[in-house]
Amino acid sequence: MPIEQLCTVVGMTPLNDSTYWMTLEVGRMVEEQGLRAGQFLHVACGEGNLLRRPISVAYVLADEPENTAALIFEVKGEGTRWLAQRKEGDKVDVLGPLGNGFAVEGGGRYLLVGGGIGVPPLLGYAEAFHKNAVAVLGFRSADRVILADQFQDTCKATYLCTDDGSLGRHGFVDAQVRDIFEQDKDFTAVLACGPRPMLKNVAKAAAEYGVPCQVSMEERMACGVGACLGCAIQMADGTMKHVCKDGPVFDAREVDWNV
Amino acid sequence: MSKVDLSVELAGVRLKNPIVVASGTFGFGREYGQFYDLSELGGICAKGLTLHRREGNPPPRIAETPMGILNSVGLQNPGVDDFIARELPELRRHDLVVIANISGNTPEEYGIMCEKLSAAGVDLIEVNISCPNVKAGGLAYGTKPELAAEVTKVAKAHAAVPVMVKLSPNVTDITEIARAVADAGADALSLINTLRGMRIDVNTRRPILKMNTGGLSGPAVLPVAVRMVWEVACAVDLPILGMGGVAKGEDAAQLMLAGASAVAVGTACFADPYAPLKVRDELAQIARRQGLDKVSDLTGGVRPW
Repeated sequence: MPIEQLCTVVGMTPLNDSTYWMTLEVGRMVEEQGLRAGQFLHVACGEGNLLRRPISVAYVLADEPENTAALIFEVKGEGTRWLAQRKEGDKVDVLGPLGNGFAVEGGGRYLLVGGGIGVPPLLGYAEAFHKNAVAVLGFRSADRVILADQFQDTCKATYLCTDDGSLGRHGFVDAQVRDIFEQDKDFTAVLACGPRPMLKNVAKAAAEYGVPCQVSMEERMACGVGACLGCAIQMADGTMKHVCKDGPVFDAREVDWNV
Repeated sequence: MSKVDLSVELAGVRLKNPIVVASGTFGFGREYGQFYDLSELGGICAKGLTLHRREGNPPPRIAETPMGILNSVGLQNPGVDDFIARELPELRRHDLVVIANISGNTPEEYGIMCEKLSAAGVDLIEVNISCPNVKAGGLAYGTKPELAAEVTKVAKAHAAVPVMVKLSPNVTDITEIARAVADAGADALSLINTLRGMRIDVNTRRPILKMNTGGLSGPAVLPVAVRMVWEVACAVDLPILGMGGVAKGEDAAQLMLAGASAVAVGTACFADPYAPLKVRDELAQIARRQGLDKVSDLTGGVRPW
């Protein structure tokens, strides 16, 4: 059950000129409400911004006296700009936990595939499957790369790709994913988060090699709890599902990629 | 200090307080029922129903605007039968007035839904003749007095519970439609539905909404709602459920002074699930400060120049 809570900012670190790592004290939300990576918190972003902003949870810790959650976000507009100006000790109003997160099982072998600001929600999974997961991370260019050290420290192998070739492999992540599958497709599942075209290509690669694939989707959202039906995603069977309530993680086979 | 009587009447239906949640902003109550007991509310206008299930419009369906949001959800709903079978019994577990909101493609569809919902035991039926997000029916009925009257007559002929007609603000003279609907036998009016609007991404030159245009709600529309409630209250002798941008007790008081008997809170829930309860408590405070015995004394109390 989601709750509304005023959370104290206990960490605020810029990762590059537009991406921030914010750590929040979230009361007992991890222990009592089961908050976990891949879910999201719906964050109120100041008086002038009517709607809350859904921010994915990168990882959680069941710390004492308060649990903590890491939100890593990119400044994209007025709301996230307001959020980026918060300082340690400030309070922010959040609704959560919301959404489902990736479905994983202990001992699984996962291929984590992230693009840009889609990389952070995978961090908690990299840590949970310590030295057992493989990560493929894509960014526009070397100056946009975030969290590479954290993934390299926690994953069995980490492959970096950039669109312009300024760091790592030149090209998109799906090419790297295919190369990995050519050598080894014995993964429990692909867990992917990033822009929709990337997810579509990764889902296609996974389907071709017969590897299950879960995708974390994004859509413009209002209420965050399933009441307004704003954040619709078209499903392959012609129905609609909602990022906030049914997702953000979907089985890639469910999604209609052709719209 | 004595307690203010918060109860009000809407078309002969008693609400224990004047705060209703607006159709399309509160689902069928399940989501916000996780945060508080729905019995705290005066009533709920349930998510708009159609005769058959609808998947709604393609995304994006939401665009934020200055102090408002545009939506083009397009009446996504499970259909009237599913509502009666699965949602109404759940709502009935709480002590609040249940108002079903309906949209039809034809007057006959409105009639069929009124019969089904009356038999199922809703308290009131809100006839939506003003949804801007669907191609057939919807707005067309809401902008032509003779069509609005026809739908009202059919609904009244098939409903065994009071019928409230929801008016569109997207007209030149809302009193013209209000009079037509009143003459056709409506028991109450609700207004305003959303105002048609549009937002464009200047970089891609694409509208944010996949349907290009959508309905504007939120604090930005409050003054329009207050004005229209006032105009309609002056023009017809029917109880009014006022709505449009209510986020504070003072907003609700304005709509009541303008002529509303009860007030719906909608978009404010998206930012704050507790908004309807805060509006209710602030409204009670205003009534108390003004020395009123009952909140219904606010209705129509504006002193125009």
